[in-house]
Amino acid sequence: MAIWLDESSRILVQGMTGSEGTKHTRLMVKSGAQIVAGVTPGKAGQDVDGIPIFNDVAAAMADTGANVSVVFVPPRFAKAAVIEAIDAEIALCVVITEGIPVHDTADFFQYSVNSGATRISGPNCPGIISPGKSNAGIIPASITTAGRIGLVSKSGTLTYQMMYELRDLGFSSCVGIGGDPIIGTTHIDALAAFQDDPETDAIVMIGEIGGDAEERAAAFIKDNVTKPVVGYVAGFTAPEGKTMGHAGAIVSGSAGTALAKHARGHVLTLT
Amino acid sequence: MDLYEYQAKHLFGKHGVPVTAGEVCTTPDAAHEATRKIGSAVVVKAQVKVGGRGKAGGVKLATNPMDAKGKATDILGMDIKGHTVYKVLVTEASDIAEEYYVSFLLDRANRSFLAMASVAGGVDIEEVAATRPDELAMIRVDALEGCTPEKAREIVEAAGFPEATRAQIEEILQKLWRVLVEEDATLVEVNPLVLTPTGTVLALDGKVTLDDNAHYRHASHADFVDRDNTDPIELRAKEFDLNYVKLEGEVGIVGNGAGLVMSTLDVVAYAGEEFGGIRPANFLDIGGGASADVMANGLDIVLNDPEVEAVFVNVFGGITSCDAVANEAARLPNRRQQRS
Repeated sequence: MAIWLDESSRILVQGMTGSEGTKHTRLMVKSGAQIVAGVTPGKAGQDVDGIPIFNDVAAAMADTGANVSVVFVPPRFAKAAVIEAIDAEIALCVVITEGIPVHDTADFFQYSVNSGATRISGPNCPGIISPGKSNAGIIPASITTAGRIGLVSKSGTLTYQMMYELRDLGFSSCVGIGGDPIIGTTHIDALAAFQDDPETDAIVMIGEIGGDAEERAAAFIKDNVTKPVVGYVAGFTAPEGKTMGHAGAIVSGSAGTALAKHARGHVLTLT
Repeated sequence: MDLYEYQAKHLFGKHGVPVTAGEVCTTPDAAHEATRKIGSAVVVKAQVKVGGRGKAGGVKLATNPMDAKGKATDILGMDIKGHTVYKVLVTEASDIAEEYYVSFLLDRANRSFLAMASVAGGVDIEEVAATRPDELAMIRVDALEGCTPEKAREIVEAAGFPEATRAQIEEILQKLWRVLVEEDATLVEVNPLVLTPTGTVLALDGKVTLDDNAHYRHASHADFVDRDNTDPIELRAKEFDLNYVKLEGEVGIVGNGAGLVMSTLDVVAYAGEEFGGIRPANFLDIGGGASADVMANGLDIVLNDPEVEAVFVNVFGGITSCDAVANEAARLPNRRQQRS
């Protein structure tokens, strides 16, 4: 087992015909993921390396049995694309797109909550990989191996770094939740899933400045997680009021500082 | 992007939120002229993106044009908590019976929006939240439903605004919500929202934060960009579409991915402690799929910072091709010479 993504996952790619979509579709296929369809409005009947393109998500699901969507659609069309996936009741929608206005994300996240059928991951995230089983997103597969560590991270490249450093131990699943102010899947969602996953023995959690998600995750771990958890927070040197690359990475007052996260993080490293 | 008070009030006016008449001025003479046009006593207010300007002497009452000119002379050029005052807002002075507080903001924890309202306005709202939390109403606003008339009533009742003001404040709340949604703001705050002795409610101050990701659908927001108060290297980096933040230090940092760069800053600062407090000079994220061109632009930006003595490059090759980036870095001594 792994969390949310395994060998039975059948992935469709929204925005497959765009340059990023095509490039990462090929990388996902190469890493062993089952990519069964692409969706680009108006391009039904075409294909990318033999993978059929459909006009909409519902048609792609009906024809191919897809149950996971990976979204590469540009920011201005992303909200409509995600809502289309929710309307089609896809189980998991991984939004890779960076730069989506936060009001759009707030809207489609609330829409997913109301519908109850779709888990959103991201936006502005690298995706989810269950090494050796499946790969939904842009995480490079060749840098690590399958194993029994669960990884959840706000940061893309720190995810890769950790996957590489711990490649001898390997991972059950690695979840890049993304660095935007509103994200569909949180540290806590992933921690709860890893806690329940019999194939995960230990959890690594990577956070960064901004918001209080890490603080809330630490409280959640204390009360609900019995597996060992190691935590790391980036951004001790970040100044107040400046956005550090990720739209969500901004310190306001004492809330969201790495130090505040670290102070509460002591419970993390000792569980 | 945080807006100045005068910019926030411009957006308020655009969406029908009542504000006092006023004019933004960059010279004492302009303040004189603005006061003459307003034709009454005015308040001369420093335009800075930091709280506590009143206490710092940045807000002054003036009774006539000459007085306003003198007050503007005092305030323009002032330093308020490290922010230089380049502009003042000259605005009609209002008689104040009561001061309230209202805001809408993005609620990251609940992945939704939040309305906050209080009869204890005109003071630091964080202090009200800390010391008198029962005087601050906090009501969740659903992103898809928005601030309906019913929601506005709920907020007003929770805050306990006086009966006679409720209809006006409900109206104002619905208009402020439109500012939040239609202008793609993540914060819209009015402190104080005042009740005048004649019973009118209006926004005496305003704070708005816009979502940088939404600039593509608001061409007019480009006018809000504050070139005077932005670091010139940050401006140049923006032209290259690079995520750059200037810091106080000597070691230039180039990396890919926000988290990796932030952790690199931490590691450099930590290691620098042994050498008398050497610090990172900047945050620069060249992005997940960085090319040689982007690396070249990034190095250009970092090497043009006169405070940079050395550069630390930390690139993880996932999607980024490390050899392309390394080839650019290898040309570094060359670039250094070009600079000196």
